[in-house]
Amino acid sequence: MADTTSLEKPQVKTSQASETEIAVEMQGVHKWYGEFHVLRDINLRVMRGERIVVCGPSGSGKSTMIRCINRLEEHQKGRIIVDGIELTNDLKRIDEIRRDVGMVFQHFNLFPHLTILENCTLAPIWVKKMPKKDAEEVAMKYLTRVKIPEQAHKYPGQLSGGQQQRVAIARSLCMNPKIMLFDEPTSALDPEMVKEVLDTMVSLAEEGMTMMVVTHEMGFARQVADRVIFMDYGQIVEMNEPEAFFSNPQHERTKLFLGQILH
Amino acid sequence: MNVVAPQRSFVRAEQVDALPPPRTASGPVLWMRENLFSGPINTVVTLVMAWVLFWTIPPIIDYLIGSAVWTGSDGSACREDTTGREVGACWAFVIDRINYFVYGSYPMELRWRPNIFFLVLAVGIVWMLWLDAPKRGIGAIYFFIVVPLLSYWLLAGFPMIGLEEVPTGLWGGILVTIVVSAVGIVVSLPFGVLLALGRRSHLPIVRLVCVIVIEFTRGVPLITVLFMANTMLPLFLAEGVTVDRLVRPLIGVAFFASAYMAEVIRGGLQAIPKGQYEGAMSLGLSYPKMMYFIILPQALRIVIPGIVNTFIGLFKDTTLVSIVGIFDLIRTVESARVDPVWSAPSVNYSGYAFAAIFYFLCCWGMSWYSQSVERRLAASEKR
Repeated sequence: MADTTSLEKPQVKTSQASETEIAVEMQGVHKWYGEFHVLRDINLRVMRGERIVVCGPSGSGKSTMIRCINRLEEHQKGRIIVDGIELTNDLKRIDEIRRDVGMVFQHFNLFPHLTILENCTLAPIWVKKMPKKDAEEVAMKYLTRVKIPEQAHKYPGQLSGGQQQRVAIARSLCMNPKIMLFDEPTSALDPEMVKEVLDTMVSLAEEGMTMMVVTHEMGFARQVADRVIFMDYGQIVEMNEPEAFFSNPQHERTKLFLGQILH
Repeated sequence: MNVVAPQRSFVRAEQVDALPPPRTASGPVLWMRENLFSGPINTVVTLVMAWVLFWTIPPIIDYLIGSAVWTGSDGSACREDTTGREVGACWAFVIDRINYFVYGSYPMELRWRPNIFFLVLAVGIVWMLWLDAPKRGIGAIYFFIVVPLLSYWLLAGFPMIGLEEVPTGLWGGILVTIVVSAVGIVVSLPFGVLLALGRRSHLPIVRLVCVIVIEFTRGVPLITVLFMANTMLPLFLAEGVTVDRLVRPLIGVAFFASAYMAEVIRGGLQAIPKGQYEGAMSLGLSYPKMMYFIILPQALRIVIPGIVNTFIGLFKDTTLVSIVGIFDLIRTVESARVDPVWSAPSVNYSGYAFAAIFYFLCCWGMSWYSQSVERRLAASEKR
């Protein structure tokens, strides 16, 4: 028995390993804004099901880095491979990647002229060609998951910030993404609403979603992250498991940063 | 005086109930006191304005209605020397020539065709403007495809189904005014959107072409555009190809209106935050879908006042086509008033007064509609 399982395991792995085990691969990625060198030699491999938390001072390039993954920003040097597809200028590939990569923004970016339900069904209907009825069913499923099904027919402006951010998460989930990117999802929220959004993200992590989260919520990092990345001056300065990262930071800059945000 | 020691701690024992607001100013007398007679200067201004209105309004009403002439078959009905009284507006003249003002020289026995055209257009306009109308998608197809085709067949003729051809030289009056403005409006909106998008494109050639078209068309007076369309357009075309005399200014007007519309819409596009684009892109929406579903609906809503403003300007600018020999409303009034049968001093004013009232009602209607849409949108944003 033991033999067969040990034999089977690697088999399953090898059959999928090449394309599915690695969710995101960044190799020597550089980016400039004009003369300004924002990302400097980023090397990062995110495995399927992994939860990565990215932190660092403002202007350190952490948002830019995750925005490169779905091509909201273009990198100028190096390779980015998402779910086995390399990001190039090929628009078809970019759309293909964006379909599989969900993103949640600091300012929600919900569509104010559409109802919550329409926000959630627009992309499934028009990008995935899902029938409207099915799309609405899926949307209601995810809205129920983020605990706001009763708001489905309201407009974003009628909801609180926390509710809007949960809608934004549901909207991304409706596309059934393989990877979720979070760009400071709680930074624009009133303190009392941070928890409801973090809870949603924790439950998402528990289900095994591959997540990359830019955040300053260190409690969240401790609770769910597999790895914590600290960035400064456009570089990955330190990367470690959360326990070691918080209790025993190696780099001077990491120590300084953690000292400033964890009192 | 006793100084009370500051209270160190306080806990409210019960909720303070909501109270009705105090009795504030309301009612007509209070309104007048607040708005008309709130101080010595305001009182003086109010009295002066009342005096001005008293001296101007009654004579205007008397001219337009009181001493106006409503019946008669020639100029003598509107002359002081024949009627023996002071004569106001000569509506008899307008009533007598109303068919000419509406249809121009369109053949008498075929005037049912413009009538159907007016009806077809009216249905389309109501369908488009009534925001809660059923099946607005079909309404848009009807307005932008069915109406233009049907109008062309009705007005110009379609010999294959028995509608004989009517040369555009015979069209005139309100018919032409409406045709020119409708073409301008129907063409300028989609082309304006395309030009505005082109001007914001990342492709340098597309952007350059759009900038040139917009800036060139906006940079010259409409009269110039019309003259150029009238005299230069035939030069560009191959030998033997002629463009209808009415189509030439139509092209000019459409060009002109599109350029203005493009700039109005570009203003709306610029007001849409970057996050909307990013939200749409992150969901995998392609550029056309992102524009159609997310960006344009919001951008166009913002610039409704500007769009209507452009429409109003365009509607009045159509009077300029009379300069290149098209018989629009103004031109028909002009040619009717010099008719010796109706020679009377007040006939001149009456014809123009009629045109002014017509233009005013149309423009006021557009303005009223845009304001009601704005109110509606403002209400929906508060939701």
